[in-house]
Parts: sequence; C-alpha cells; structure tokens
Amino acid sequence: MADLPTTPEALAERYGPHLAYEPPGGWRAGSREAPELVKTHCCFCGQQCGIQLKVHANQVVGFEPWEEFPFNRGMLCPKGVKRYLQGSHPDRLLDPLVREAGGFRTASWDESLDLVARRLREIQERHGKDAVAMYGGASLTTEKSYLLGKFARVALGTRHIDYNGRLCMVSAGVAYKLALGVDRSPNPWSDIPQAQVALVCGANVGECAPITTDYLWRMRDAGGRLIVADPRMTPITRNADLYLPLRPGTDVILYLGILHVVLRDGLQDEEFIAAHTTGFPAVAESVKPWTPQRVAEATGVPPEAIEKAGRWYGEAERAVILHARGVEHQSKGVENVLALINLALARGNFGRPGAGCMMITGQGNGQGGREHGQKCDQLPGQRSLTDPAAREHVARIWGISADELPQPGYSAMEIMEAIHRGEIKGLLSICFNPLVSLPDSNYVREALRKLEFFAVVDFFLSETAQHADVVLAGSLQEEEEGVVASAEGRVLHIRKAVDPPGNAWTDSKIYVELARRLGKEKYFPFATPRDIFEELRRASQGGLADYSGITYEKIDRQLGVFWPCPSEDHPGTPRLFEGGEFLHADGKAHFQVTEPRPSGDPVDAEYPHYLTTGRVVSQYLSGTQTRRIGALVDQYPEPRVEIHPRLAAQHGIADGDWVTIRSRRDAVTLQAQVVRTIRPDTVFIPYHWPGRRSANLLTHRTLDPRSKIPEFKVSACSIEKAAGPPEWAQRGTTPRTSAGLRVVRD
Amino acid sequence: MFGYEFYVDPSRCIGCQACVNACAECDTHRGYPMIHVDYLDRGASIATVPMVCMHCDDPTCAQVCPADAIKQGEDGVVHSALKPRCVACSNCVLACPFGVPKMQSELELMMKCDMCYDRTSAGLRPMCATVCPSQALAYVKPEAITHRREVPTNVFQFGRQTVTTRVFYMVPPSTPAVEIDVVDYLWEGER
Repeated sequence: MADLPTTPEALAERYGPHLAYEPPGGWRAGSREAPELVKTHCCFCGQQCGIQLKVHANQVVGFEPWEEFPFNRGMLCPKGVKRYLQGSHPDRLLDPLVREAGGFRTASWDESLDLVARRLREIQERHGKDAVAMYGGASLTTEKSYLLGKFARVALGTRHIDYNGRLCMVSAGVAYKLALGVDRSPNPWSDIPQAQVALVCGANVGECAPITTDYLWRMRDAGGRLIVADPRMTPITRNADLYLPLRPGTDVILYLGILHVVLRDGLQDEEFIAAHTTGFPAVAESVKPWTPQRVAEATGVPPEAIEKAGRWYGEAERAVILHARGVEHQSKGVENVLALINLALARGNFGRPGAGCMMITGQGNGQGGREHGQKCDQLPGQRSLTDPAAREHVARIWGISADELPQPGYSAMEIMEAIHRGEIKGLLSICFNPLVSLPDSNYVREALRKLEFFAVVDFFLSETAQHADVVLAGSLQEEEEGVVASAEGRVLHIRKAVDPPGNAWTDSKIYVELARRLGKEKYFPFATPRDIFEELRRASQGGLADYSGITYEKIDRQLGVFWPCPSEDHPGTPRLFEGGEFLHADGKAHFQVTEPRPSGDPVDAEYPHYLTTGRVVSQYLSGTQTRRIGALVDQYPEPRVEIHPRLAAQHGIADGDWVTIRSRRDAVTLQAQVVRTIRPDTVFIPYHWPGRRSANLLTHRTLDPRSKIPEFKVSACSIEKAAGPPEWAQRGTTPRTSAGLRVVRD
Repeated sequence: MFGYEFYVDPSRCIGCQACVNACAECDTHRGYPMIHVDYLDRGASIATVPMVCMHCDDPTCAQVCPADAIKQGEDGVVHSALKPRCVACSNCVLACPFGVPKMQSELELMMKCDMCYDRTSAGLRPMCATVCPSQALAYVKPEAITHRREVPTNVFQFGRQTVTTRVFYMVPPSTPAVEIDVVDYLWEGER
C-alpha cells in the first residue's frame, strides 16, 4: 500500500529536492529597506543559537546576527546563515496531499483530516488501539512535543509513540538518570572556558556543534588542555593537546583505562566520593585489570597517551567531559556514558564552575522535546510513565483517569520492527525521516510498504513522506510560537515570524483538529501555543523538568531560563548538583560498573574494517531541509568515503576513485576521500543522503538494550575499488532552472 | 567602528564556511562572497585557513591597477574596484601577495572585501567576524585579543617587499613578522 505512488523521477520533478540559492524575489529584493527583525533561534541543532530573522511581507528574506544573546553572541554556522531560505522554498507543501494512482493530488483540509481520522479509527477498531503508532521529532517546539504525547495517549489511546530523538542522545539520558538522577547536561556552557582540562569524546564539535568550538578555544587561551578521543581527526583536533585515536566501539575500555590511571595514582577525590556517592568500591575494583598496556591493545591508543590522559584529568582541579553521538550511538552507548560519569565522579567534577560531565544534545529541541511526553516511556516533566504518582498527576491535569493512560510502548526502531511483523498497521508521523535516518534502510522501506495506512505531517515531501497515503502540510519552526530547551537545559522562546504559506497549517492546529475528528475535542482546548504551554507548566510541576515557573515573558527578560524552575520568582537553575546534591532519592550520585561488550556487527575475515557514520557541517540530520539549500549542498554535494592512505594503498584506491563499501546488509558505491585523518582500520561515511547514497543502507539494527539507540557508529564492512561510477552518478546534474534552481539527481 | 580591529587566526579555523555564506548575505554584494576558506592539504590534515583582504597600508593591488580603479579610504580600508573605471584586466588579482581579489567575470569587475564598510560605518561588526563560530575571524578591541595564546602581527615579508596591513594576523608568540621567502623561487640573474 505505502509503496511510492509514482516514479522517483516524477516525485523529484514536482517535490524536489530543488536547490534554492536566493531569497524570495532574488538577491536584490532581499535587501529592501527596513525589514522587520524577529529575535528568535536557529531551527537546526541543539546549540539553539540566537538569530534575528529579516521579515518582509510575511516572508523570511534574510538574517541578521543577534549579538546580545549570550550563548552565541552573534556567532552562527553556515546552516544558521542559510536557514532562512526554507520558508519561501518552491518545494514547500502548500496544501494537504492525498495519494492517488500515479501520484499525489491536493485536497482540502476537511477531506484529508476526515480521511486520516477515519482510517486510523478503522485500524484501531479492527486491530486494537496499539495497532496505530506515532512518530514525533526533536526539532518540534516543546508545546508540539507535549501535544503529541497527549494526542497519542488521549486522542488515539495508543502505547506507541516515540521520536527521532531516539537516534540522538538517549544513551546519555539513560546514563545520567541512572548515575545522577536526572537527564540534563549539568553545566551551562559558560563553565567550559573555566576548565583546566576538557576531555572531548566522540564529539565532532567543529561540524556538529560549531559554536562550542569557541568555548574550547577560550579554555585553551586560559591555559586549559584539550584532549580529544575519536577514531577520526575532526576539525577541533587541530588544537588538541592530546589526541586519542581509539578503535570504534572500544570507548568504554579507554575510559576504564583512564580511570585506572587516576585510581592507581591515588588522584581520586576521596572526600567527595565518601560524602556524595555510592558504589565506588565496585567500580574501583572493576578498573584494576585495565592497565594502560591492556587498554592500548584493545583500543589502539598508545599506553603513554592513556597515562597522560589519566594524569592530566586526574590532576586537574576543574575538568569538563564533553561527549556526543560517537559514544552514544553504540549498542553499549549507556555503558560508554556511565564510564565517563564514573571518571567525573571519581574526581568530584560536578556542581562547580568548570567541572562537569556534559552531553552535547544534538537536535534543536533534543532536550525539551524529550522531557514532556513524546518519548515512549515518559510523561511531562521528565516523569516515568510507570510511576503511579506521575500517572495520577498527569491524568488529573488531562482530565482522564490514570487507568486510561496507556503503558510504555515501543521505541522508534522497535516501532519499525512491529510494523514489519504486522503488529502495527497505521502510522502518523511528523518531523522524522526514518528512511534516511534509521539504520538498515532497506528494512525500513519494506516496513513502510507493509503499512495499511500512513499519514505524515511535514513542510517538505521527505523521502519517507513520499510513501504516505496522506500528507498534511505543516509548519516551519518560524511559523508557530513556542519554547525549546537547548543543550544547556536553557529554555528559549521561539517567536513566530510569519504565518504558514498558502494553505499550510501550524502543526498544533493540525493535531487539535484531528483530535476533534476523533471525538476528543474536550481534551484539546488549545487555540494558541500559549494555551498548550500553560497546561504543560502545570503538568511538569513537581517533576524533574519543572517548567512551572517559566513564562514566555520571563524567558525574554532573562534571555532564557534553565530548568528546573519551580516558581515564578525562581531564576532557574544553570548548574545542577551544586554542593554535591544529586537528584536520586538518597541525594547521592551512583557509580555504575561498566563492562566492555562486542559490537552487534563484529568485524571478521569477510568484513574486516570498521564503518562509522556521522555528519558534515553543511548538512543537518536527514537533510530534508538542508539538501534543499543551494549553498549548503555546494559546500559538500555528495557523501564521500574517508579512507586512510594505508588502507587505500592495499586496495589500489586513489583520492576520488569510486569505491564499493559492503556490509552484511547492502553495498554502496561512493567516491573515496583519501585522508590521513582517520584510523587505517576504519572508514567514515556521512549519512545525510537518501537512496543509493545512503550510509544507512549499510548500518545494522542492533540497539542498546536500555536506551534503544541504534549502533550507527560501529559496523563491519569490506572495501573494494569499483569499476566506475554507479548508475545514479552517471545521470549527471540537471541544469539550474531560470528561477536559479536545480533538481538534485537521485 | 572606532577602536575595533580585525584579526585573522587560522589556527582557530574549523573550515565551516559560515564566513563565506554570511559574506554573501551582505547587502552591498549579496550572492558574492569575498572570503576564501581553503584546506591547506586535506589529504594530510584537517587544517583550514580563512583569508580576508588584509587592507595593506600601501596596497599592491592599487599600485598595479592601470585604470586607477582601486581606492583606499581615509580609514585605511581598500575598496573593490570602481565600476566605471575597472577594465577587468586582473592585474590586481595576480599581484596581491595574499591572493585576495577576485575577478567577477560576468560583471567585469574586481570585487574584494571592504571590511563590511556598510556595516562598520553603521556600528555593526563585519558579517564574517560576527558569525565565525571559532572566532578565527574576530573584530574586537585590541585589549580583547590579548587573552589569546597567539599574538597579533601586521608585518609581512614577501621576498624583498615588506607589507604592513590594517588587518592583523595571529601568530605564535615571538614571531614579530611573517616571512614568506619568495627569494628561493626567484630567478635573479646569473650570480
């Protein structure tokens, strides 16, 4: 049913991705006098940089830096600079679409919403409530995230809602909750320059969190040392004082080795450990066997470098650890993060300026989007869906009985698996492009084909939305007011700059109208995002992520409010755990023993190399937005395979040659980029592209057992020189159209 | 902006091209970036370097211009070629020791960085240095740059030509001037 309605070429011709280079009306029109400037935030990553959008005649026509916003002080990355080109983009969906033979036709809102409501209800009547699942996303405002969670549990009554944040930092979330009692980066970014040592693990800061680079450079200006652990030299490595080129998947071993050195040399903070932690003796025992020599053999990092890392980290009075997807995207992502937290706890590096262990949350609202209800196991306020008191509290605010609240459902990849085996038959998705972003894309495509009914809310027709039965034309970030929480846990105000174009609707209006058609109108009395926020404040009250003291006006006054903020006269909480107060019931942090485990896709004689995937600075996530912006595409047009000269020589591969990377799932043929900045046993492919260029054709579906994050960072592969370019590359580039547009081949 | 200076520190550059993209958004030349960001040698290193006009005190580009099209303001800023005068000969492109000017052949005009004259005269920092996420490009007061590891210089030795510039380059401490020894590559007649 949910196969493509027509050829990929016909879909591309109509819906893109086309490349926009110029603002609406062209460059000259963009420089009109006195446009309105709207102070808001970038729609892309978790840094949530302040930016001013230039608005003219209900269109975003450019940007101006916002230097007063303290986090980025005007700084932006190329994605932020060019983000304004989306609103007026010719690929923008301006009407609801209904699939018909040979393609999509535009439809009225009444017809399309009635159809979605009717089909979802039919599936639920025939197969039970849980036969329908929902996907959300972490680019949505917190109001929309809250609304989705409530919609799933109240309007549809399904257990199954999860979101694309499952592919982000959930391993860190689980680990922080286990060890520290709360899922939030404990420190404001202003703590980074005050550290004497920064240990940056699996975090391509320069490309994925570019503004954080400035914080690291300022730390070095003040005499601090930068340690970088990564299988690749990413841009920040150019100024690393110590570089630890670990083998993919051996992260936990490296951190055990560093802690071994710290404890062997008696550098632990005994006083802090005794007063503020539990479980230290077992962890101390567990690191004893991990001598630098043994760690070196497992990780490929020299013993001297492990010694040096242990001494530098152990001797620093104030140190920060920054980590991101490199350590989290593994089948032992939770263990990796726990091992880093153990290191920080052993040195008492919490609750002080310049001392912390910080996850760099990746998505725009990765923090706020995960703490108010679109995660499969959580209720608003970062409450557990299995906690009876939490269920009572939220059910009361929602006006239902706690018994009506469904139990936790499947995570994002598990939903796809349930579709595969026929358990889930209907899917309502927003802000998620699983065909590009989930592992093993062939498996995902098969699952989409098995759906009885698939509805998507989106502003562009993503590769996944092309498979839908109904596409509801939704809104961009700048088209609806709301809040987000940045990687710092700072709640920010997203201002509405323009109305949705054409006949597109705001996302929350779409869900409220759907709820009405499902007969649940009285539970969704929301005319504006502010109405949703006011309910969210009450629902979060008393939870870990307490927003009850936050108002839009207070955010504007303070330029952001760090949660928890339990009352209107409370200033917010920039730094957690001050005075060694952790958020477990006993007030202590809990050391957790971590054990190495092999990857879910081990290397062997047939697949002898490691494949690791990641990002480039000019693209964002599955590229639904950034593959439509000309300047960003020109900066890095196609995925390339990074290969070390030593590995390249073994296969007779030169820079620019076409090479085939084969895994146990599939093979892709891309051009080689022969660089000395990657381990010789590892190849790297960025994942932002669809079709035959997709790195996720190769990745595997092994999940971390606790966080359910897929293991994007460690797969096994083989490599060979290809006879020539693949079919997609031979089609050539379609010329620009007169409107300054080009069709992207694929 | 009074009291502010422009500093380039290639050691901080992460190659993201925010500067290039932001430069192309400047109202006086929308669509045409005036900055270069290059990998030094991508095969060997991730090191990148941004290059803006250094605004020489005695600009070589203006010296070699046969049409007298390149003018320097009283504040030392060297401007793009004057459209009525520029003959698109590319002398400036070839002569600039830093490789800065670009010939926009479809416009038949040499265009180059003018340190965001339109912005700085209105109290705004240059676009590139405002957005640069690593502050490899910085437009700040001199006292703000003293916190850095590197130190500023504006004296460059290209063979026998000494060039002093309005823009500062950040170099390792104890490097008073940057010497690029062109002499090794010159034919100076039989010796």
